[in-house]
Amino acid sequence: MPEIFNMLIASFIPLLFILIYAVVILWVEIKVASHVQDRLGYMYTGGFHGIAQPIADLLKLLTKEHITPANSDKIFFTLAPVLVFASSYAAYAALPFTSTFIAANLNVGIFYIIAITSFVVIGILMAGWSSNNKYSLLGAMRSVAQIVSYEIPTVLSILTVVVAVGTLNLQEICEIQKGGISSWNIFKYPPFMLITFLIYFTASLAEVNRTPFDIPEAESELVAGYHTEYTGMKFAMFYLAEYANMFLVSGIAAILFFGGWSSPFGKFLSSPGWGVFWFVSKGLFFVFLQIMLRWTLPRLRVDQLMYVSWKVLTPISFVNLMMVGLWAILK
Amino acid sequence: MRQYFKNIFIAIWTILVGLKLTFKHLFVRAVTIQYPDVKLKLPERARNRLYVNIDDCIGCRQCEMACPVDCITIETVKALPNEDLGVTSTGNKKRLWVTKFDIDISKCCYCGLCVYPCPTECIYMTDVYEFSEYKRHNLIYHFSNFTPEEAEMKKRQVEQFELEQKMKKAKPAEQVPVNNPESGEKKS
Repeated sequence: MPEIFNMLIASFIPLLFILIYAVVILWVEIKVASHVQDRLGYMYTGGFHGIAQPIADLLKLLTKEHITPANSDKIFFTLAPVLVFASSYAAYAALPFTSTFIAANLNVGIFYIIAITSFVVIGILMAGWSSNNKYSLLGAMRSVAQIVSYEIPTVLSILTVVVAVGTLNLQEICEIQKGGISSWNIFKYPPFMLITFLIYFTASLAEVNRTPFDIPEAESELVAGYHTEYTGMKFAMFYLAEYANMFLVSGIAAILFFGGWSSPFGKFLSSPGWGVFWFVSKGLFFVFLQIMLRWTLPRLRVDQLMYVSWKVLTPISFVNLMMVGLWAILK
Repeated sequence: MRQYFKNIFIAIWTILVGLKLTFKHLFVRAVTIQYPDVKLKLPERARNRLYVNIDDCIGCRQCEMACPVDCITIETVKALPNEDLGVTSTGNKKRLWVTKFDIDISKCCYCGLCVYPCPTECIYMTDVYEFSEYKRHNLIYHFSNFTPEEAEMKKRQVEQFELEQKMKKAKPAEQVPVNNPESGEKKS
């Protein structure tokens, strides 16, 4: 019985984290967007710089009517947002938040994450197809094409890290990088790990449909892409999943290349409590970088997107993998 | 092949340049203002809501004629000889009661053409620009001091006066005897 209780708590903590993080990042995204454009953004709700605006937005979404289009596939239409969110939430199970807390300490942690996040594609295609809307279907098809083609450079760059550290367990990967900033993976096998990181970060941007790879949602072309027909909480689920995914890929980047929960100062400030702080702040830094990129770069064309994936990222990550593998053998 | 690597390098470099620019702008002072709290200073001769200082109006109808969209409606009534309407602040003598001075501000095109002909400078543009209303008829501004009833009364008074005047003019011509002693006797 206590085991089940423990499991429940362990599964509840990431959910709580996602919800709090989503509320915060909604505010940050709007604020960054407006300040990049020399505006002020939210200023009223909640007193200081509209701090309560995301809560108000969430309450609004909760109270909105659920509209299911008449000619949609009702079962899949309701199932899609749940599937999309569930798959990105399930991936949080293998994220080590600190040295003492990981919801599921799997031997194949990173492999599990890659596998489970693939469900997002199915959810998105489900949403696009079932809503019986041209824009939705187009968005979903673009999204699937994009995620499937960018999964290859992502996985190859993750594989490069795995070759370098020799384990799939995320907790162990963090453990290996414990000795301060110099032992982080990004500085190993120079400059190949840095290139690996760049490839991973670029590909992960495409994985979570963020600008400059936001063609599935391209507001100016496709209304809103696969979630055009969604309203209320179902729509919010997509948003929640998108933000959860943003932190997921950023968290993985932090774990694989920047030491995860390990302190950048070696033993200094490296207790489990500080571990949470380091991991979350490293993750949030990359989330911030993603937001900044969104307001910096224009959207790619579909053919440019495929060019970047198949002609640039994939071959370079192959070469990278071979070089790191060779170096690892020779060492 | 060289071009290929050059392109990749340029891509990464330009992304960094762009990021530097947007990052700088994070700390630039916002160019927007918090409108209802903070308002921009209007230019000196800004044209906004019309206002009529009805005490100075002499009812000359110059503004009504100048208005290109006919949004001003004026009705005047002549003053009786025994009534003194006083003078305007510019010294013009007032000879007419302005019983109606309506401006339909929803029609107004803010051209300011009504302002220039006014001899007493009683119609002018103010700097008020927040005057939206929920009902359209609220946008018809009544500047006259007269209520419709009072205006009607005034009109009738003048009509009666004019009738009396006409009678007075007509009476001496017809030479009607005013006092008839005979009829008086019959009645009694």
